[in-house]
Amino acid sequence: MKRNMLKSTLALTTGLLIAGAASAFAADSETDFKAAYAAAEAANKEAASLRNQWTTTAAALTAAKKAAESGNFDQAVAESKQAEALAKASIYQAESEKGAWKALEIH
Amino acid sequence: MSGEVNVRSAIHFASAALALAALSFGAMQLALAADTPDPAADAKAFQKFFTDKFPKVKLDDFVNGPYSMNEDMHRQWEEKEQFPPYDFSLDLGKEMFSKPFKNGKSYADCFPNQGIGIRQNYPYFDEKEGKVVTLELALNRCREANGEAPFSYVKDDMAALTAYMAFTSRGKPFDIKIPNDPRALEAYQNGKRYFYTRRGQLNFSCASCHVQNPGERIRAEVLAPALGILNAMPIYRSEWGGMGTISRRFTTCNSQIRGVPLEPQSDEYRDLEFYLSYVSNGLPISGPGARP
Repeated sequence: MKRNMLKSTLALTTGLLIAGAASAFAADSETDFKAAYAAAEAANKEAASLRNQWTTTAAALTAAKKAAESGNFDQAVAESKQAEALAKASIYQAESEKGAWKALEIH
Repeated sequence: MSGEVNVRSAIHFASAALALAALSFGAMQLALAADTPDPAADAKAFQKFFTDKFPKVKLDDFVNGPYSMNEDMHRQWEEKEQFPPYDFSLDLGKEMFSKPFKNGKSYADCFPNQGIGIRQNYPYFDEKEGKVVTLELALNRCREANGEAPFSYVKDDMAALTAYMAFTSRGKPFDIKIPNDPRALEAYQNGKRYFYTRRGQLNFSCASCHVQNPGERIRAEVLAPALGILNAMPIYRSEWGGMGTISRRFTTCNSQIRGVPLEPQSDEYRDLEFYLSYVSNGLPISGPGARP
C-alpha cells in the first residue's frame, strides 16, 4: 500500500514537473517570438520610411504571425528572423542606391 | 627697407590667397555644373542610346514597345491592330467622356481644348501646386471637383477614359515642358533617380529591364525599350487579361521585382512619369496600345 502511494506520488510529481517545464518552455518561446517579431517589424518600418519595402518581408511577417497563432513558436521565431534579415537587406539596398544609381545613367 | 619687404610680402600673400580662392570657386562651380540636371542633354543622350542600340528601328517606331524590336514581332503587331483588343475600352471611354456629370458639367469643362488632342502635354509641372500633375490625376480631380467619386487609378474606367484621350492625340509628339522653376527640375531629377534606382528583392531598377535589356526575353516576355514606353499608354495586356493605366504599369513592375508598390499617383510615380515622358519628347502618342 505504502509502495503504491509512493509510486503515485512519484508519478504525480514527475507529471507536474514535465507540465511545468513544458509551460515554461512555451512561455519562453512566445517571449522569443514577440521579441523577434518586434525587431522584424521595426526594421520593416525603417524600410518603409525609405520607401523600399520588399514583398518577401511582408510574406515572412505574415507567416510568422500565422505560425505563432497555431502555437508553433519555433517556426514563428524562424520566420520573424527571416523577415528581419530581409528588411535589413532592403534598408542596405536603399542606402547604397542613394549614390549607386548614377552608375546606370545614360550619358 | 624692412617696411618695404613687409609690404611686398603682404601683397604676395594676398595675391596668392586671391588666386587660391578663385581656383576653389571655379572648382565649386564645375562641381555644381556636373550635379545640375540638364534635361535637354539627357533626352538627347537617351534617344541616341536607343537609336544606336537598335539602328534598324525608326525613332517613331519605339513607341510600339516590344513590337518594334524585330520583324516577327512587328508583323504580330500589325495583325493585332486589325482587331485591337483595346477597342471596347476605347468605345467605353468615348461614351464616358461625353456623358455629363450629375451637375451637368463634363470632363471637357476641366481641360484645355475640351480635353481633345491634349494627351501629349501630360504630365505637366503645376507651378501653383509645386508638383507634377498627370492625366490620370487630373481626371480624378475633375471628377471630385464636380461631386463625383474618384476612379481606381489602375484599370477599367480610368483606362477607358485615358484610352479615349490618348486616341484623340494619336500621332502628336510628346511635348513635355520643364518650366524655369527649381522645383520642376527637382521633380525631373527625382523621377530620373527613381528610374535608375535598384529596388525589390530581385535588385532591379526600371533601367535594368528597359535600358539594359530591351528586346531580350524575361521568361516569355520581350522587354520593351524605355524610349517611347509611355506613348502607348494605356494598354491592353494579354498577361493582365484587360486594360491597364500607367499607374498599373508602375505598380506591377514594382511587385514583379518583389518590391512593395507605392500608392498609385504617389510623388515618386508622378515624378517618374514626368522624367520618362520628357525623355521621349518628339515621339508620337500611339495609345491606346496592346501588349503581349
